[in-house]
Amino acid sequence: MASKSLKNLTGPLSGNNPVIVQILGICSALAVTVQLKPAIVMGLSVMVVTAFANLVMSLLRNGVPSRIRIIVQLVVIASLVILVDQVLKAFVYDVSKQLSVYVGLIITNCIVMGRVEAFALQNKPWDSFLDGIGNGLGYGSILVIIAFFRELLGSGTLLGFRIIPESWYIAEGGFYSNCGLMLFPPMALIIVGCIIWAHRSFNKDLQEK
Amino acid sequence: MKALRTLVDKIKPTFTRGGKLGFLASTFGAFETFLFVPNHTTKSGAHIRDCNDMKRTMIVVVLALVPAMLFGCYNTGLQVNLEGWTAFFYGLVRFLPMLATSYIVGLAIEFIAAQLRGHEVNEGFLVSGFIIPLVMPVSTPLWMVALGTAFAVIFGKEVFGGTGMNVFNPAVLARAFVFFAYTPQMSGEKVWYSDWTMMGAQVDGVTGATALEQLATKGEMQWSALDAFLGFIPGSFGETSTLAILIGAAILLFTGIASWKTMVSVFAGGAAMAYFFSALGCFDFPAYYHLIVGGFAFGAVFMATDPVTSAQTSTGKYIVGFLTGAIAILIRQVNPAYPEGMMLSILFMNALAPLVDYFVVEANIRRRANRVKTVK
Repeated sequence: MASKSLKNLTGPLSGNNPVIVQILGICSALAVTVQLKPAIVMGLSVMVVTAFANLVMSLLRNGVPSRIRIIVQLVVIASLVILVDQVLKAFVYDVSKQLSVYVGLIITNCIVMGRVEAFALQNKPWDSFLDGIGNGLGYGSILVIIAFFRELLGSGTLLGFRIIPESWYIAEGGFYSNCGLMLFPPMALIIVGCIIWAHRSFNKDLQEK
Repeated sequence: MKALRTLVDKIKPTFTRGGKLGFLASTFGAFETFLFVPNHTTKSGAHIRDCNDMKRTMIVVVLALVPAMLFGCYNTGLQVNLEGWTAFFYGLVRFLPMLATSYIVGLAIEFIAAQLRGHEVNEGFLVSGFIIPLVMPVSTPLWMVALGTAFAVIFGKEVFGGTGMNVFNPAVLARAFVFFAYTPQMSGEKVWYSDWTMMGAQVDGVTGATALEQLATKGEMQWSALDAFLGFIPGSFGETSTLAILIGAAILLFTGIASWKTMVSVFAGGAAMAYFFSALGCFDFPAYYHLIVGGFAFGAVFMATDPVTSAQTSTGKYIVGFLTGAIAILIRQVNPAYPEGMMLSILFMNALAPLVDYFVVEANIRRRANRVKTVK
């Protein structure tokens, strides 16, 4: 793999991360991160959709007249999302129910459309595919970090397994209590803020003057 | 005193920038100005000199809080069936650990933040740190106080640039964080559940709901209006006694530190809204009950008047104050989930205060522009 192609894959993981640098897809990052499992599934779904939308649009890029490109993109993305939705319903029904409307809303996820517009229409299929995978992974990794803290501190579990022992809780005679605020979307936004804060302090070139 | 001055002067070069421990300059500065009046003067521009600096302003606010605090301690003991000095000491023993927690956590974060940025340590937290335990329910675990304080100082204050730059009042923010994060411990019947049986306190006799909750659920409370005004009702440390709070208000107004415009208009807004709902027949108890139970008076006197987060213009102060009071009663009345509306309404109006100021300034510009036209 040429190093330039590889950069399309690794760039979105940190330096050009869709959530914390491009500030795209914040809405779903707040909505599906109460627990770790839906967050992982959501990250994977978005990765698949972005990758294949990029691939298809990159293949079609010379054949689609630019004035109708948005509607073509929508058709491609919508078909992919329906595919993903059906797969989820078939194999992980409970998670699919938890994600509910948010799988369908991948269509409106800014990352998908954003990458197709900004990248796939100007680049070769292979590069576009890698870019889609990279952005999907970048999005998914942030979702997993947020969901990790929200599930651990908000419910005391990770992937449904109990991490904080029952006996610690006030109801059981202990001292501990889950942070209910973690279950609300505002706290997810604050966690996103903290991730951006930590990320920028390590990547000085991203800091605005 | 002289020995101390000599000592400070002797070690000062070590801590100034360039000295051996120069990186601790802001910490050293904080302690030096804590001990002595700073001797440096402003170098440029015209300034109005006043004997009040930030430290003195903050200390006056803390003094104004003391009556509410002392009474709160006494009342805490009374509520677990103690009497006299025993009651007071019982309350004090419960209050001091919370105060210490809030000061240690908050000041530690402030010192670290100032140190990292090379700023001077500001005194704003002296007040916030004193208010935080006063607005917490008596049985709040210390680690919740610590978390709430840390959240308020980091996300309410330091990320915006420290004292004087915050959008929200840190003390209200700490209360809001603890309230939403640990709702089961902060509301409902458990608020007054206290399991400390030292000094012969009789916990069994303690009733669950606060006066405000009784009003919200049953439409009446088991205490008389006089008791509620004097503060012999269960509630957070500082909020119960409207009388003690009014003494604090008198101190703040006499020294000119808090704005009477905000304070009066909060009470006016609250009263207007309470009488409005009373006239609609939403509740049977006298409307003024709303002003003497719960955190209304405390919020009006000590939190809504925060010079940083309240409106800056005179007209703005009236508007923001009135809306703060009115929204507090509105939330109490129409939102069954939150019996206490003061906290949310202060936060809400903190967010809107800059907007109100903007329109006030714009209106003033328009008015003056029109005046110029008529002259022509």
